[in-house]
Amino acid sequence: MLSIEHFYIVLALFLFFAGGSNLRERRYAHAAFWSLLGVLFATGKLVLAASKAGNPLPSQLAGAAVIVLALLATRMRREHIAEAPEAQRQASASRLGHRLFVPALLIPAITVLIVLFGKYIVIFGTPLFGEGSITLIGLALACVLAALAAVVVTGERPIRAASEGRRLLDTMGWAALLPLVLATLGGVFAASGVGDAVASIVSAVIPADSRVACVLAYGLGMVVFTMIMGNAFAAFPVMTAGIGLPLLIQQHGAAPAILGSLGMLTGYCGTLMTPMAANFNLVPAALLELDDPNAVIRVQIATALPLLAVNLLLMYWLAFK
Amino acid sequence: MNYWPLLGVAWVVVGFVLRANPVIVVVSAGLVSGLAAGKSMPELLAVIGDSFISNRALLMFAVTLPTIGLLERAGLREHALQWIARWRGLTLARLLVVYLAARQGLSTLGLIDIAGHAQTVRPLLAPMSESAANRTPGLQEHGPLPREEIQRVHALAAATDNVGRFFGEDVFLAFGAVLLIQGFYAEHGIQLEPLQIALWAIPTAIAAFVIHAARIVFFQRGLARRMGSRKSSRMASHAVD
Repeated sequence: MLSIEHFYIVLALFLFFAGGSNLRERRYAHAAFWSLLGVLFATGKLVLAASKAGNPLPSQLAGAAVIVLALLATRMRREHIAEAPEAQRQASASRLGHRLFVPALLIPAITVLIVLFGKYIVIFGTPLFGEGSITLIGLALACVLAALAAVVVTGERPIRAASEGRRLLDTMGWAALLPLVLATLGGVFAASGVGDAVASIVSAVIPADSRVACVLAYGLGMVVFTMIMGNAFAAFPVMTAGIGLPLLIQQHGAAPAILGSLGMLTGYCGTLMTPMAANFNLVPAALLELDDPNAVIRVQIATALPLLAVNLLLMYWLAFK
Repeated sequence: MNYWPLLGVAWVVVGFVLRANPVIVVVSAGLVSGLAAGKSMPELLAVIGDSFISNRALLMFAVTLPTIGLLERAGLREHALQWIARWRGLTLARLLVVYLAARQGLSTLGLIDIAGHAQTVRPLLAPMSESAANRTPGLQEHGPLPREEIQRVHALAAATDNVGRFFGEDVFLAFGAVLLIQGFYAEHGIQLEPLQIALWAIPTAIAAFVIHAARIVFFQRGLARRMGSRKSSRMASHAVD
């Protein structure tokens, strides 16, 4: 009954609202950006269905829309949109007190409840939660319920939730879209054979007889490739197929479970250090309105490098019996 | 082997170094790689469109924004600040280390999206860290933090959330990374149980906690030192006046 597609429609409506608000304020690039993104979200299911049925035209139009979004992004400025005055927020804070925490905490609480028990909710013989990741559906439903709770707690008009949400969305601007276009790039790279080319180069240059050299090549390769792709998941199959499996496991006898686990975690050290992992590194800088978009990465490097060293040592000690 | 698609990788690196708008860098890198791989433009557009739409879930965090925005308007941050200011014995380092432990612990249980930058860091952890820093012995004597130090504290709060999440989630059996590793090996003829893979994430999880907790403690000391020297240089300049 409830599928993730329903919530993509909700999200599309929110994006249209953001587009409309910007249009009224004559910020045309922002208005076009959010509205076009809303169209992509609202029509996504149709595009994928057409693509599966062998009709590439909707996918091609969506691809062209992504390019237009990227062009619009260059015309968007990040600016702070005025908040409610501080005196008003202070007065409201002392009036509402701990009740303000309730809607914020409802988001994780409801998400967890739905993940744990959602599959048992059945209405008229059909499960309430249909296709798609239950965590994602749970999160989306939790957000809708939390927004309603926030309206009740604060006594504001419901439209205020949309306009305050739009304030935060425009504070982030194009940074909000980065995780999505980076994942898209991952898909394009995979379809273009980038991974195979990297694996072939790396395995050609390392001295395969040395166990230390192979461990270093695998670990550092995971870090570098994760930093380029922004995501250890994309690096893991490439590096493990290129170096881990033929050299470390088959030639030097490494234990696959240990090597895989530590290899992935070594990649995570790279995730901490790259702007390509936008949702973890650039989005929070935008959300927190930091002047330096790389401020979070700067803090993380000093944790990532010692941890990387520990991981390489663990790999060398634990993986070989 | 066609090595030309690697141009797209170089394109990304150069674009980020030149500080061009990341969205246009990333999208154009896809075009560069795809064309270098010999794809036609219509083919490439279809790949981009399909890939973008299949990854729509990555914008889902935006549905949290109306709730957070409305609560902020009603004084959520101000209340979080006042509330944390009443806790006895709370320091910046204690707050962040406890958050790190809780975030990591919850992630190992699979409760990964319970917290995050939109869910907890912006509305709660960042303002609480700022308030805790202003009450930390060794810091509070120097008065409220200046803007650039507040930004450093906020960045540390975001980093703490990332470290706790990354190095907890891999210990959880049903997490994507564990299943990806298992699936990869199964494709190559090696059968493993998810538990075998997840258990070997524990040593790194412990190391991550120790290293980042130590960094938080050092950050607090460094902050106190910077605040102290700021104050003495200000007093010195007053003396000259």
